[in-house]
Amino acid sequence: MNFPGSGIIKGMVVTARNMIGSYFDRAHAKRLTTEQYPEERPKLPEASRSFPFLIFDGDPETGIRCTSCKICEKECPPQCIYIVQDRDAAGKPIRRPKVFNIDISVCMGCQICVEVCPFESIRMDNIYEMSSYDRFGSLVVTKQQLLKSNEYYHSINHTEAAATDARIEAARKKKEAAAKVAAEKAVAAKAAKAAEEKAAAEKAEAEKPSQPEQAA
Amino acid sequence: MSFDPHTSSLSEDNGAGAQTLDVSLGPQHPSTHGVFRMNVRLDGETIVKLQPVFGYLHRNHEKLAEKMSWLASMPYTDRLDYLCPITNNWAYAVAVEKLAGLEVPERAEYIRVIVGELTRLANHTAFLGFLLGDMGGWGSALMYAFREREKILDLFEALTGARMMTNYMRFGGVRCDLPTGWLEKTRAYIETFPAFLDEMEQLLTGNEILLARLQGVAPLSAERAINGGLSGPVLRASGVDYDIRKVDGYGIYPRLNFRVPRGTVGDCFDRFMIRLLEARESIKLLQQAFAQIPAGPIVNPAAKQRGIKPPAGEAYGRIESPKGELGFHLISEGGEKPYRYHVRPPSLINLTLLEEMCIGSKIADVMVILGSIDIVLGEVDR
Repeated sequence: MNFPGSGIIKGMVVTARNMIGSYFDRAHAKRLTTEQYPEERPKLPEASRSFPFLIFDGDPETGIRCTSCKICEKECPPQCIYIVQDRDAAGKPIRRPKVFNIDISVCMGCQICVEVCPFESIRMDNIYEMSSYDRFGSLVVTKQQLLKSNEYYHSINHTEAAATDARIEAARKKKEAAAKVAAEKAVAAKAAKAAEEKAAAEKAEAEKPSQPEQAA
Repeated sequence: MSFDPHTSSLSEDNGAGAQTLDVSLGPQHPSTHGVFRMNVRLDGETIVKLQPVFGYLHRNHEKLAEKMSWLASMPYTDRLDYLCPITNNWAYAVAVEKLAGLEVPERAEYIRVIVGELTRLANHTAFLGFLLGDMGGWGSALMYAFREREKILDLFEALTGARMMTNYMRFGGVRCDLPTGWLEKTRAYIETFPAFLDEMEQLLTGNEILLARLQGVAPLSAERAINGGLSGPVLRASGVDYDIRKVDGYGIYPRLNFRVPRGTVGDCFDRFMIRLLEARESIKLLQQAFAQIPAGPIVNPAAKQRGIKPPAGEAYGRIESPKGELGFHLISEGGEKPYRYHVRPPSLINLTLLEEMCIGSKIADVMVILGSIDIVLGEVDR
């Protein structure tokens, strides 16, 4: 079958097969069908990322993991993070951010802030539909908007959230064990010191009676 | 006479009493691949002069990289050739690893090959669609190509979190391990891929109109291709056996069995066919990598990501990206930032022979020739 135009006909067989086949391929095994967005929403994979958010455990005020160490602010490639450290009534800096702003019109979702955070406090969200009528103001996301619970993180990326929890738990246990060892050491040191003092006192006591003799 | 793009149109006498015509093609003709402009001088419909104008997408990538840490440049490399971000990451990682003397664990090398070859498949299928679009076949071929590319991008999203801006490679490894079930899904998908290539070949390669538009158009001799510094599929279509995967043997490519397809005359049809053949070789590579991938660490534990300070010196790391030789020339002074950061983009170098390829062709062929080189403007302008 090699007459002039046979190649075109062969190609048209392919398009016809695709067109007619689309009515019969119910399983969509080979074809992708249009998702009827916004009525129908895609299920995003766990790793899917868009913009960062801050995690808190329990209470949003006291449970915030961020210590405002500003590593993410320094490492952010497009420099879209702005942090101000909080201070207590006496003006002493405390390990908590007072201001934590991310300009998501600048953020490119590269995930480097997540990787460099030593306190597991910043993670990637998978939200979309972030458009707004305001060009600048509403795209600067503040701390209140960024704070989301650890449960929310579990709901979007359970695998990674569980791994993070396990890491935090292990670090806590290690710290506790270290504290326990330190406490035991302190107790032992105290006991040793007390024993030493006691021994010294006893020695002094033993030497005391001889003093009057010397004096005499 | 001098060629001034701002003064238009009728210019010098062609000797036969008629005048040549200057036409500005671009910067946003639908068939041009992004914002690229060609100032063309026509004698009738024949091209007598062509001057490419680029820089419309210039983003100051190289200078920016000198102002930020080594790691912070990694997401910006995604934006070079935005159709294949993973190979851009890979080339940058290879260059920094060379500079810092880092080893890459075995599993990471296999993951790199898997995602790199998937990128090659995505790029080459997209190329087929774009080339047909350039020829006026806007529709079937592009839709079929994008249907397959979409599935590969979904795999990338499940792995790296983003469809295109992957930011996946790290110095001495990769960022995250393969999620559960990803490898099985990819393996099952790759098994269906040869059927898609067969379908594409049935749709396109025998088509008489396509053959008339591609065969014998802008042939490029092997000598000229080498002298022009071309690389990748464009060079191999001219019959030169040069593939950096074979020449450098970086990563684990020496262990894998694959062939390097070559063209004979280097015309547009050879440049078209070579992509189809390379895609078939990529499938072979992927299947071997699936079978051999070991367990183990995915990143060298000695490698520092944040605040990495490679020792003073310079290094040129290169890989075979889907478009050709992608290299990064880095100079370090031992600090937190590169002293000099230079990208050798395959698209730009492959574009340098555009005028030579176009002269003597008809104006309708210019789009086809440009399409057959396969450029991405993000990489040309950087």
